[in-house]
Amino acid sequence: MLMKLIPNFKGIDFFPHNLRLPFMRYKDLAIALSVVAMLASLALYFTRGLNYGVDFKGGSMIELQATNGTADVSALRDKLGKLGLGGVQIQAFGGPSDVLIRIEEQPGGDAAQQDALKKVVEAVGSGYTQRRVEVVGPAVSSELRTTGIIAVLCGILAIVAYVWFRFEWQFAAGAVVALTHDVLVTVGIFSLFQFEFDLSTVAALLTILGYSVNDTVVVSDRIRENLRKFKKMDLNELLNLSINETLSRTILTGVTAIAVLVALYIFGGEVIRNFNFTMLVGVIIGTYSSIFIAAPLLGYLGVKRDWSDQAVKGAAPAKA
Amino acid sequence: MLHFSRMKILAIVLTCLAGIVFALPNFFAKDVVAKWPSFVPRQQMNLGLDLQGGAHLLLAMDQEEIKKDWVTNLRDSVRRSLRDAKIGFSGLGIQGTQLQVRLAKPEDKDAALKELRKLIQPIGNAILGSSGNDLDISEGTEPGTINLKPTDQGMKARISSAAASSIETVNRRINNLGTSESSVVRQGTDRILIQFPGLKETSELKKLIGETAKLTFHEVHPSTSAEDAKLTAVPPGYKIYAGTGDESGDFLLRETPVVPGEDLADAQPGFDSRNGEAVINFRFNQSGARKFGAYTKENVGRPFAIVLDDKVLSAPRINEPILGGSGQISGNFSVESTTRLAVQLRSGALPTKLTIVEERTVGPSLGADSVSAGQTAGIIGGIAVVVLTILAYGTFGIFAVVGLLVHLILTLALMTAIGSTLTLPGIAGLVLGVAMAVDANVLIYERIREELRAGKTPISAIDAGFQRAFITIADSQLTTLTCAMIMFWLGSGPIRGFAVTLTIGILTSIFASVTVVRLLISYWLKAQPKGRGPLEIPV
Repeated sequence: MLMKLIPNFKGIDFFPHNLRLPFMRYKDLAIALSVVAMLASLALYFTRGLNYGVDFKGGSMIELQATNGTADVSALRDKLGKLGLGGVQIQAFGGPSDVLIRIEEQPGGDAAQQDALKKVVEAVGSGYTQRRVEVVGPAVSSELRTTGIIAVLCGILAIVAYVWFRFEWQFAAGAVVALTHDVLVTVGIFSLFQFEFDLSTVAALLTILGYSVNDTVVVSDRIRENLRKFKKMDLNELLNLSINETLSRTILTGVTAIAVLVALYIFGGEVIRNFNFTMLVGVIIGTYSSIFIAAPLLGYLGVKRDWSDQAVKGAAPAKA
Repeated sequence: MLHFSRMKILAIVLTCLAGIVFALPNFFAKDVVAKWPSFVPRQQMNLGLDLQGGAHLLLAMDQEEIKKDWVTNLRDSVRRSLRDAKIGFSGLGIQGTQLQVRLAKPEDKDAALKELRKLIQPIGNAILGSSGNDLDISEGTEPGTINLKPTDQGMKARISSAAASSIETVNRRINNLGTSESSVVRQGTDRILIQFPGLKETSELKKLIGETAKLTFHEVHPSTSAEDAKLTAVPPGYKIYAGTGDESGDFLLRETPVVPGEDLADAQPGFDSRNGEAVINFRFNQSGARKFGAYTKENVGRPFAIVLDDKVLSAPRINEPILGGSGQISGNFSVESTTRLAVQLRSGALPTKLTIVEERTVGPSLGADSVSAGQTAGIIGGIAVVVLTILAYGTFGIFAVVGLLVHLILTLALMTAIGSTLTLPGIAGLVLGVAMAVDANVLIYERIREELRAGKTPISAIDAGFQRAFITIADSQLTTLTCAMIMFWLGSGPIRGFAVTLTIGILTSIFASVTVVRLLISYWLKAQPKGRGPLEIPV
């Protein structure tokens, strides 16, 4: 029937499976590099800081579109500069007709933000339509900051608890270091390039956590399986074997995710470009950390070698 | 593992069909779907404000003001009940958030306490019973003083009821902006969220909800002017109010109004028949009309004040008793402002001023642009996934693509059926979900290849591939689910949409990428010609 119509053909097994890349040989280097990256990110965060968006900094953002097709940024700058609203940023956004105006948080609480918005809208006058308005008052922005931090921390904790439950504490320790690395380095990149950091960045960070731990779990599953299979193999060698065995999957899934994210980044529109960019960066960092941080850490921490059924019984409910 | 019972096959096919039926309306225009017969599902997915355009306003109530109003009202009640009980007092003042009564004779203390305790109201509900009182009444440290202190529970209850009545009032006011599916809901303790799809311009909305619009009618002090009172002392029970509009000076008015704002039954914009000025025509309800009639009858020749939000609009002289319960307010209004004020007055006063603490408005053109951008990105991303999967896994790759299609359809169907909202990050979540779902197939197929390399027979390799990979798939999906849950909890609007899409995507991907693909492979196995050499697995 229908199945006969589908041609039988093999896919391209692009991956040289007899290749054994010596990942573990470079584990010291990789971990040293990651530690440097984390420290550099922290230093950037504390010295250069983050370019917070309206969500976290408060203030207003207005996206305008010129009705005649071309926005006159310098004229707008002149008009809005006279209002005495402190820092008003005007930049081209997307096409030539669009501009994005950012007004820094005004002193005087929530009502003051609305007053500033009203002034700007009046000063801009006709000739522009409002495409998007975002105003976040001081109370809400500080709440969003707090929930953002809590959400990322809770995300890490929940994942670690899950990994601990399914594996052993060494795996959970590896996961927590890898996840912290992912978050820190992404934040560091945001600080270095001063990309806007807002609520959607936090959502992207959480998704990255999910993706990164996904990779870590796949490698960990294989490590556990190999621990049962090769009871006498040297741990570092075993870890290296597990990474290599799952490498074809890691690369293929990574390439698929990156392809999709690049499509979203290029065609998905200006509004979520930031979000897609974060995810793109995060997927790359997350893949790196599973291979070069989570697994090698097991080599340092050591791991239980007796995974026979008697030893496992009563501990983790693993069936594999 | 590769054997499916009849019932199971039927269940899988029915699930897929149901998915198609529920997802289908999303691919047609609204007016086309409306013509469909009523027995097919016609529900379409809700689009978030970021996709269809609209306004999102988060308002905060002023807790301090609610507290102050309560204590002020309490003072009036205390004064009344002590007078009624003929207990003399020499002082009654507000200290911070509590009220202190100083009795004229300390020996009246017990009688006063008994009288004042009647003001206490229990808090609670019919089901759970009372959970405390709204007031703490205790003797003060000085002899002959009594302190009345609002409790935290009482305050909470006040805020709750203020929120409920604010929501009603806001709803009534914004209904005047046109028929639309606007929603007004409470958020947290003291906040109200307005979501207004399709609204292009928020300035009128903001003006409508920007005033409390409390209209009251007050007695003007018969002999002392505000200027005199400022120099000497404000007589007890009176307060200085500033004028607005035509009335430039200050007024000394009795604080308790003759007719409170709640007694207003109707208000309409109109014009003064004599000078053509824009005015508000109002009408009291029965009790208001009676109070106003009685007051104007006794005070012919004296002025009274019409006060809006603590500002005196006008202070006309009472020329004759007004018994009909209706009247006219002038106050140097524009036609636009009388129209708005009439709406506000008809809708009732807000219990407290609402401040906008967060605003997110998306114009309809941006929303439409986002939808088309999301579609383009989705299609291109989808094509990339399809090409990569088929290139990597051949015939089995085609099965995986079918699984992805089922995954996508079921996700859309579930989102439509539970009425969740699709946001722009939600579209990203949908596309990303496809990439994550493909991971399940990658895990399975890589495993099959590995088992084949290890020398297993084709069928046992497929079997082992599904079995071994499933544990890993479940583990990885559950961790992603954890993140999605946290995002939902953190979430405001669009991000919640992303979390919901991600969650549904995870749930459907196990069925689509594992069960459906396994079924397809089992059919493929059956279709292979027997006895023509060893079976080649096209993976």
